[in-house]
Formats: sequence, C-alpha cells, structure tokens
Amino acid sequence: MAGKKEEANIKAYSQNFTTMTPGSFAKKMRTCVIFQFIRFIVINLKMLVVVSKSH
Amino acid sequence: MLVSGHTAATFAAKWLGSAHEVVVVTPNAKWNWIPSNIWVGVGQMKKEEVTFDLAPVYAKAGITYKQAKAVSLNPEGSASSNKPFVTVEFTEAGKAGTTENIEYDYIINATGPKLNFGATPGLGVGSELGEHTVSVCTADHAVHASHELEKCIEKMKKGERQKFLIGTGHGMCTCQGAAFEYIFNIEHELNRAGVRDMADIKWISNESFLGDFGVGGLHMKTMGYSVSSKIFAESLFTERGVDWIIGAHVNKVESGKAHYELLDGSMGEEEFNFSMLIPPFAGVGLKAFDKAGEDITATVFAPNGFMKVDANYAAGAYENWKASDWPSTYQNPTYSNMFACGIAFAPPHPISKPMSSPNGTPINPTPPRTGMPSGIIGKAVAHSICDRILKGENAPLHEASMANMGAACVASAGKGLFNGTAAAMTIYPVIPDFEKYPGTGRDTDYTFGEIGLAGHWIKHILHHLFIWKAKLKAGWTLIPE
Repeated sequence: MAGKKEEANIKAYSQNFTTMTPGSFAKKMRTCVIFQFIRFIVINLKMLVVVSKSH
Repeated sequence: MLVSGHTAATFAAKWLGSAHEVVVVTPNAKWNWIPSNIWVGVGQMKKEEVTFDLAPVYAKAGITYKQAKAVSLNPEGSASSNKPFVTVEFTEAGKAGTTENIEYDYIINATGPKLNFGATPGLGVGSELGEHTVSVCTADHAVHASHELEKCIEKMKKGERQKFLIGTGHGMCTCQGAAFEYIFNIEHELNRAGVRDMADIKWISNESFLGDFGVGGLHMKTMGYSVSSKIFAESLFTERGVDWIIGAHVNKVESGKAHYELLDGSMGEEEFNFSMLIPPFAGVGLKAFDKAGEDITATVFAPNGFMKVDANYAAGAYENWKASDWPSTYQNPTYSNMFACGIAFAPPHPISKPMSSPNGTPINPTPPRTGMPSGIIGKAVAHSICDRILKGENAPLHEASMANMGAACVASAGKGLFNGTAAAMTIYPVIPDFEKYPGTGRDTDYTFGEIGLAGHWIKHILHHLFIWKAKLKAGWTLIPE
C-alpha cells in the first residue's frame, strides 16, 4: 500500500472527503517540545491581549 | 453557584469589608472546577483534584455560607414587611428540608443551570441522569463515567468491539465544547490503552455544522487565510478517525440505542456501548411572588426559567438580531436590586442561527454563558452592587456585554505532559457583530486557534491557577477571570 498513513481516515465521497488533514510534519510539530514551548509563549501573549481587552 | 457566583461573592466580600454582610446560598458543599471533569471522566484525575470544600474558604473570606437551594423570591417583601427576601431550603445533613427566609438589599441570581436530563425520554428524569448514558457535568457523574469507560476498555482488551457515541442529548443543548473535549480524550485514552482499533467513535450534535460550538462558529486567521472553525473541526475529526452526525435532535434514549431527528426531518437511530450525551439546560425553577403573594414568576423569569435582565427580548427573527440585544449590566428590568449572571441570566436569543426540521422541531445550539465571560460578568455585577452600597444608589452600573468581550478557551484533546494536545482559541467578541465586523462578525486580529502540546500545558496550568484563585489563596485577585 503506497498511501500515506495520515490520509487513511479520509473516505472517498463521504462527509470527510472535502476537509484538510495534517501531514506527518504538522503532526510531529504539535508535540515537538521546543516548538511547542515557543507556541506556549506566543499563545499566552495572544490570550493576554484578548483578556485585557475584555476586562 | 460556581464560577460566576463564586467570583461575585468573593469580590463583593473583599470590596465591602466587614461593615456589610455577603451571604452565599448554594446546595453544594464543594466547589467544582468543571472544565477538569473531562479528565476525571477518563480516569486521568481524581474527584478530589477538581473539588474542594466551600465552608473554610467562605469562613476565611468573611462570607456567610448557607448550604441550601433558593426556591422563591419575594422582591417586594411580604404583607408584614417591605424588606425583600429569598426563601431557601437547606440541603446540608441535619437541616435538610428546612426552610429560611433571608432578607436582602441586593441579590445576585447565579444558580447555574438545571441539568434537564428529563427533556429527552430515556436520558434521565428531571435533573437526574438516567441509566443508559453517562455524563461529565458533575464530578460524581465524571467518576461514574470513568468506571464505565474502564469496563469498555477491558472488553476491548478481550477482543470485544465497542461503539462510543458522544455529543448532545437534545436539539436545544449548549456546551458542545465539553462533549468535544470528552470525545477526543476518550480517543486519546483508547490509544494509550492500545485498544483504539477495537473502537468505533461517533459524534452526534445539534450543531448545523461541525465547529459551531454554540457561537455560530468562528473564523480564525491562519496562513494568511481567514478559516472557518468548521474546517478545523472536520480536520481533527477526520485525523482522529471520528465520524459525525450533525443537526441532530436526540429524542429518545434506550439501553444501547439513541433515536434522533435530523434537520432534514429524517429520523435515525444509533447503537452504542458507551454514550455521553450532554443534557439541555434550564433555569432551576425559582418562583417569584409579589407583596400580596401573587405569582410574578413570568415577570421576573423568561419561560425557560432564566432571569430576565437588561437584554432586548423582542429582537424577533434572526435577520433582526444585533449585538446590542445582549445585556450589559445584568440588572433585572423590574426590580433594580436584582441581578443575574453566568448561565442564570436569560439570553435574548441564541448566538447560532436558529434552525428547525420540516416537522417543526427546533435544532440549534443554545448560547453558552460559561467560562471566562461568566467570571467577568460576575465580577462586573459585584462591582456595580458594591458601588451602589458604598457610593450611593445612583452610582453607575458596570458593564460587561458579551458583545464587547472576548473569550479565551482551551479545549483538551488528550492529557499528557509530552503527548497531550489541546485546541487553544480566542474569540473576539463572543457575540458576533456583523455591523462592526462585516462578514465573519468577529475581529480576526484577536480570534485565533491552534492545536498542540502548548494548549495542553496551558489547560493544565489553568486548572491549578483557577483552583488557587477560587480558594482565595495569596494573589488570587491578580489572576484574571
């Protein structure tokens, strides 16, 4: 089977046929500690901006 | 009385000091950090980690605590007294069933919802969960759910295939986010247990599209595009191998089977071995009486049992809805010393576009009023009341409209220090304002979302941070709602 594992859940012409799915690199980055530590800081800063606009 | 009421009471006690009395009435002996019930429901946290005793916290804050439930309001007093009062019925052991009239100068209705399991035959009776499904709405429910999940995992380990059905148990539910978190935490735990290949997992909800979440969905700016939450949600469901049924009103639950009606009017049924279906919410059923003892419940409360506030309840059809319909001061229009916050206030209308099947069955999410907005609203209401007590009856009220307020939300998709993930999102404003932000209704500079380990870390830190705040430990006022 030559297909990619990440795309195996897509069923032809079913309700999930038109959506996007992450590739292996995108999935790996989700739990890459170094990258996620940077995202942790970025997300916190973004959230703080929204929190400050809401109080 | 949880996030919103606890926030209001603790800030009121701090701002008013000992010269005034703050009384909290709640039927619960323990406070529950409800967002973490998801992790209790998959056996990754204990009940004790998400709850704590209220009595010592209120004693420390100088708050009079009555473990009781409010049953009626007399905002004009009675024939013998002009002083308004609330009648409460005690729930604590030893006093259970006895009643007391508590007089007040100002009152905040922050009861939270009645979990209306009884609205769907088979889902439960009244506010009691039935025997066919599980729930994560309370810590005790979540403990029960984790035990049932464990049984399913054991069956799968023995080679018995199991079917999971998670979502909303009625066409008028809110809290899709909690079900969203639970389905992906289950999927994560099944992977951890090595039995994912033995499970069929399906989502069922009243949303007209995946990613609606009761707020009409949201558009997030990413990679230079403004992308609908529908795309993100469908992507995650596909990636994790979860099928979905949307636009569904679950109208009956039996042992191992849920019956539903879809937006196109067709009927269907879905079998399951394990199911968690969120119940619809209703007001807790408070009554109101005038000075003569006449029932004025319909004046004070909306038909769904939530308290009327300064919202525009006459907006009519969806085409007429405006962001300004939403309340800003949460003051009851009839009695100026009564306020409602959190889920207890009656929203003017849904946030998502209302829909119904050709059979006339309404199927659309009702508006969420939980989390960050409920905390902000509780604090604003406390501020208003404190100002009126300390500065005079004409002090201006503080405003906290969900139409001018953003919200940060972190939805867990699996727990784990290094392999956990969560969708971290912000939305601004909560109520879409299509006049101010034509097209998406939201400011996409402040509306974003992404999934990853960082989101999980934030979710776990917030768990400890908010319990710290709720316990009124050092620096609690510095932690934002």
